[in-house]
Amino acid sequence: MLLKNRIDSCFENLKAKNEKALIAFVTSGDPDLETTEKCVLEMFEKGVDIIELGVPFSDPIAEGPTIQKASLRSLNGGTTLDKIFDMVKSLRQKTDKPLLLMMYINTIFKYGTEKFFSNCKELSIDGVIVPDMPFEERDEIQATADKYGIYNINLVAPTSSNRVEMIASQSNGFLYVVSSLGVTGTRSEITTDFDKLLAPLKNNSTVPYCIGFGISSPQLAKSIASHCDGVIIGSAIVNIIAEYGRECSKPVGKFVQSLKDALSEL
Amino acid sequence: MDKIGRFGQYGGQYVPETVMTAVHELEEAYNRYKDDEQFNKELDELYRTYAGRPSMLYYAEKMTKDLGGAKIYIKREDLNHTGSHKINNVLGQILLATKMGKKRIIAETGAGQHGVATATACALFGLECEVYMGAEDCKRQSLNVYRMNLLGSKVTAVNSGTSTLKDAINEAMRDWCSNIDTTFYCIGSVMGPHPYPTMVRDFQKIISKEIKSQLSEREGRLPDCVVACVGGGSNAMGSFYNFLEDENVRLVGAEAAGRGVNTDKHAATMAKGSVGIFHGMKSFFLQDDYGQIAPVYSISAGLDYPGVGPEHTYLRDIKRAEYVPITDEQAVKAFEYLSKTEGIIPAIESAHAVAAALEIAPKMDKNQILVINLSGRGDKDVYSIARYRGVDVVEE
Repeated sequence: MLLKNRIDSCFENLKAKNEKALIAFVTSGDPDLETTEKCVLEMFEKGVDIIELGVPFSDPIAEGPTIQKASLRSLNGGTTLDKIFDMVKSLRQKTDKPLLLMMYINTIFKYGTEKFFSNCKELSIDGVIVPDMPFEERDEIQATADKYGIYNINLVAPTSSNRVEMIASQSNGFLYVVSSLGVTGTRSEITTDFDKLLAPLKNNSTVPYCIGFGISSPQLAKSIASHCDGVIIGSAIVNIIAEYGRECSKPVGKFVQSLKDALSEL
Repeated sequence: MDKIGRFGQYGGQYVPETVMTAVHELEEAYNRYKDDEQFNKELDELYRTYAGRPSMLYYAEKMTKDLGGAKIYIKREDLNHTGSHKINNVLGQILLATKMGKKRIIAETGAGQHGVATATACALFGLECEVYMGAEDCKRQSLNVYRMNLLGSKVTAVNSGTSTLKDAINEAMRDWCSNIDTTFYCIGSVMGPHPYPTMVRDFQKIISKEIKSQLSEREGRLPDCVVACVGGGSNAMGSFYNFLEDENVRLVGAEAAGRGVNTDKHAATMAKGSVGIFHGMKSFFLQDDYGQIAPVYSISAGLDYPGVGPEHTYLRDIKRAEYVPITDEQAVKAFEYLSKTEGIIPAIESAHAVAAALEIAPKMDKNQILVINLSGRGDKDVYSIARYRGVDVVEE
């Protein structure tokens, strides 16, 4: 029997405490994997609930300039999927919190879907998010992910409208709600009508739903979180890493602490 | 096709959720209009009166005699308005976009041929147009950048990655994600998510339809071999399509081997690639062991792409078409050869097909027929060929 997925336990605990999830993204290997590992531990320490480890791809079509540049810095430093697996192995000796990989489908496909998910299970990776694999193409990985008990996190976008219900009904872990049209990157405001978009999920969603893309500040995180079960912060963290490089874990920790504080005011 | 949008295992719709609705909307619109009498009447009118179709099928007598093998015919797609086959697809897509009520068009371009064709159609239909072009390609093809501006389009130079065609596509896809409500993405080749590979092929298949009827009129028979260059593969798909059922017609695609397939400076996807998933499709790509897309190189900006359309990969798998790598040097020699022998300056892309024909034709019998699809004209390439040959052409 498969063990209970850490993502499920995490949301159950948060729900019991009536808290929102804080999910953070970092590009693995930016500027190097040692820094990423330190950063991940610091973020968990400061209250982050789930971390998405970005696997850098040469052509990240869903990313804005911030994460594009981070991916390039990481790849130039020689980061590979195997080295990221090594880092996770080391991380797993220090933390038992949920870890996800955020990556492009070609990385999984080329590595070998079977070998990839088998490794994920062995290293206690809890799920994957694949931004260029829509719901209709999930057969590419779903059966293998299921076999190893790894969650394939589905995404919905402001354009999903009548697809939201269909996608949510087949989701596990949580539903990733893309906040705005376009690519990743910090935004000063988010204008999507979440009440309308997420109406099909109100009261009958089987999974928690979290909003990401563009959330740049504690204030924005707080206002967005009122619509959902958690928020996902990526580019705002990657910007700090870009600024501080190897010395980024403290400032990143401070930033996520401010996000956590803002969420706890809800 | 096994299921919708698939050619064997290839094709599919691997795009972010944000554009899924748009992809479905396009699929629906295309299915509605592709057999619509009025739509096809309008498109046919544009082809005849604006693009200059049918394009001629020319008997290259001197080349035939010189090579001493098969009888060589050249399909003159270079004589189309805007100078290449790209206009066939663009007129179809832009007409469809107007039916869908889209006001803004985006496109990617490599050599600039697709960008120029798109800018032209947008001028004709009064639509806003933005073309993404790799910064490196903007330098190599600065005349086409100016041409697009002249036609009223905005050209955005893309500085990410290798600053070539694949990066222009990345940026166009990002734009599409951001402006999905208003914007129609006019993809220039038989690539990307379904329905593009099928739709673009359908708009280009007029090439093989015309070859078939023109040759039947002149020779009363089918060709024995059809040769076309392959980057993404739209002119090749267009020239192959109506011959797919005619199993005795040999179909040859010429891909860009740059400085050689055994160097790291080529774009020979079929020779050196492997199956991957990128730019919305499962197909063949040049990539490393971890699936990172490889930087590619060719003297030809239009063939400088690390992937190939999914239907080509399928045709290769089932051995219905074959693909041969052609180096820069072979292509430049063919460029010069066709200019001197027939008085036709081919696009450097199309010169790859001519180079393949130079290899194949002499090995064929005199009573056989080989057709070269000459996808574009070479005015745009004269400067870079001169540079390749070390000739200093001063433009002022």
